[in-house]
Parts: sequence; structure tokens; C-alpha cells
Amino acid sequence: MTALAALLKRDIQIALRVGGGALIGVLFFLIVVVLMPFSVGPDLALLTRLGPAILWLGALLASLLTLDRLFVADQDDGSLDLMTMSRTPLELACAAKALAHWLAAGLPLVIATPVLGLLLNLDPLSTAAVALTLLAGTPALTFTGMIGAALAVTLRRGGLLLAVLVLPLSIPVLIFGVAASQAAITGPSSFGAPFSILCALSLASFVIGPFAAAASLRQGLD
Amino acid sequence: MNLIDLANPTRFLALTARLLPWLALATALLLALGLYLSAMAPDDYQQGASVKIMFIHVPNAWLSMFVWGVMSLAALGTLVWRHPLADVAGKAATPIGAAFTFLALVTGSLWGRPMWGTYWEWDARLTSVLILFLMYLGLMALWQAVEDPSRAARAAAVLTLVGAVNLPIIKFSVNWWNTLHQPASVLRMGGPTLDRAFLIPLLIMAAAFSLLFVTLHIAAMRNEILRRRVRALQMMQASRPSA
Repeated sequence: MTALAALLKRDIQIALRVGGGALIGVLFFLIVVVLMPFSVGPDLALLTRLGPAILWLGALLASLLTLDRLFVADQDDGSLDLMTMSRTPLELACAAKALAHWLAAGLPLVIATPVLGLLLNLDPLSTAAVALTLLAGTPALTFTGMIGAALAVTLRRGGLLLAVLVLPLSIPVLIFGVAASQAAITGPSSFGAPFSILCALSLASFVIGPFAAAASLRQGLD
Repeated sequence: MNLIDLANPTRFLALTARLLPWLALATALLLALGLYLSAMAPDDYQQGASVKIMFIHVPNAWLSMFVWGVMSLAALGTLVWRHPLADVAGKAATPIGAAFTFLALVTGSLWGRPMWGTYWEWDARLTSVLILFLMYLGLMALWQAVEDPSRAARAAAVLTLVGAVNLPIIKFSVNWWNTLHQPASVLRMGGPTLDRAFLIPLLIMAAAFSLLFVTLHIAAMRNEILRRRVRALQMMQASRPSA
């Protein structure tokens, strides 16, 4: 347990310090949201209607952008090999790394959402709904994205491949995230059902992600 | 001869060399029979002659999912037994599966043009097949990205299994998304029950396409084995000190 806590603390520290680049994701999120009005026009009513979708898409792309940092630095300096050989199960180490990555790169996206909601003319209730769905959904993005990051690092040239592999897997999260937000804002349909499925997707990814990532690391690094 | 003997690539090559012509012949005969029966099938009273696209479309759609199943089995073989023949099976199946999926999409869209008045509709089924196609392409990109075949095989095997778990989830969520955004659609083929005049050609075509897959898959596996041998020989020659 102490080993995992140490790993968690180390990863968060590395991500937040100079060269860590966790906050670049938030900056990217901001830029994507700012670009949207330029492409669809400054019509505030339209932006309100598209707001949840824009925020979700921005968060999805931003979390994808930072994903390839999850294993690459550790691969470069050899600490990934140590984790593979250490007595702590690799699955748990992967889970700790993903949790650290989410805390450093995913949670800031959720925190930035209220500010970005203002730019898209969302009222406080809608903003809260989107932020809540992002809070429930971004862990699933990180934990499924970790599989792609692990595959990419074993292949040594991840970048673009990572995006191609991960994006189709994130479709369910996007669908239910946007559905829950829309339901809370406009919908006659209930908020509860899609939101619970979103939570279920996150919980399932907690199980599948670390195992698949550890399997691909173990298979790929020998 | 045991089934396990097949796991030896040389025995596999020897056996399939004898088997392949017969398989190809059976495929050609069954395909010819199926096409003849499809052409002779009566026109649908609503859809006219375009119902015949179904005889090509439905087998392709079935196989697009079936091939992912075959690839998942091969992926288990790769990850659990680390068997090189399983790597070869997975690699050979991927482009074939992508081709079947692509054909299912194209024939569906050609059918949709006269029937629905549009080539593309964000219907739940179409969308999930499109996503399946994208995942096939991602898998092919993964195979292309690495030179070392055994390393690529293991990465592709992990992705195939992750895909096998995720595809039903994606299918379910796309269904949800579609019912949420669009009211009940009229996009349903034929009727609730398929008439015997359509069912028999359809089943024969499905069998013919399955045989076609088996034939193509075995041929592709043979090519892949031979390609790897050529590569190994080239590497040996390159590493030999020049006299």
C-alpha cells in the first residue's frame, strides 16, 4: 500500500512540476472551446444548445492529448521496468498511475468546466450538470485510454496510433455523458439513467483498464 | 493425425496445400448456386429488385462480426499459449474482416439510396458497423506500425480482446443514443418474418461467404507464414559475415 501511495505521490508531483505538462490539457480544453464559436458562429442560443456537446468533446480531446505521457517518461528512464519487476502487482501499479494521471490531468478539466460554461452561455444548472457528468465520465476516459497508452509505449512510436486506437473505445462514454447532460438541461428523459450508466462505464473501466494495460506492458516489454 | 499437429506451421502448410483447392472449389460452387438462387428470387412487393442486395449485404454483415470472433480466439492463442500460428491467424484475419465490414457498409448504403432516399443515415445499426470498421482499421494500423511481428501480435491481441469486450458496449450505447435522438424509425428490412423464397438463398449465400472467409483466411495465413520465412532467411543472410 505504501508503495502504491508513493507511486501516486511521485506521479502527481512529476505531472505538476516543470516539464510535467498536466495543465497543458486544460489549456488545450480552453482553446478548443474558444475555437468552437469561430466555427459555428457567435450565436449565443446555438452555443447554449451545443454547449454540453462542445464541453464533452473538448474534454475528450484534451484527455487524449495528455495520455501518451502516462508511460513514456517511465519507459525512457527505466522506471517502468522496475515497476514490471517489483513485488507490487503491475495491475495495481497501473491503476495507481492512472489515478494519479486523472488527478493531475482529468480533474483540472472538471474544475475548468464552470469557467468555460460561461463562455458558452450555459446557465449555472447546465454547467453543474456538465461538470458532474465530466466528473463521473473522465475517469473512464483515463482508464480506457491507459490501455492505448500501454500499447503505444510497447510499440515505441505511439502518438498518432494512440488516438486511433483509443477514440473508438471512448464512444460510449461520450454518448452517455452528453445524454445525461442534455437530459438535465432540456430533456423530458431522466438524468438518472444515463448518469448511472456513465458511472457504470467508469467502474467497469477501473477493472478492465489496469488489467489490459498491465497485460500489454508485460507482453510487450520483455 | 491430431489436431495439435496442425499447430506446427510446416504441417499446417502441408495439410492446407491439399485442402485449399477443394475449399476453393466448394466456395465457388456454393457461391454460384447462391447467386443463381438470389437472382431467381422473386422481387419484394415493396422493395422491388433492390431486395436482392440483401443476399450480399447480410452475409457480409454477419461475417464482419464473426471475423472479430475468430480474431479474439486467435488473440487468446497468442496471449495464453504464445503460439506463432495464432499470431498468423489474427494478422491474416484482420484485413479480410475489414473488407467484409466495408462491403457490408457499401452494400447497405447502395440499398439505402433507393429505399431511404439517402446513402447514409445515422441509424444505430449502421453507426455501430461503421465503428466496427474503424476498429478494424485501427487494428490494421497497429499491425503496420511495428516491424517485429511477434511484438505486434501481442499488442494486437490485447487490442482485439479489449475490442471484443467493448464492441457490445458500443453497440448498446449507440442504440441508446439513436433512440434518444430519433423517434422510432421505419428502417426495417422486409418484414418481421422472412419468406422462404428469400430465406433459402440467403442461407446458402451465408454459407458460401463463410466458406469464402475460411478459404481466404487459410490462403492469407499461408502467405503470411511464407512471408515470415522469407524475412527470416533475409535476416540470416544479412547477418552472415561477407566472405
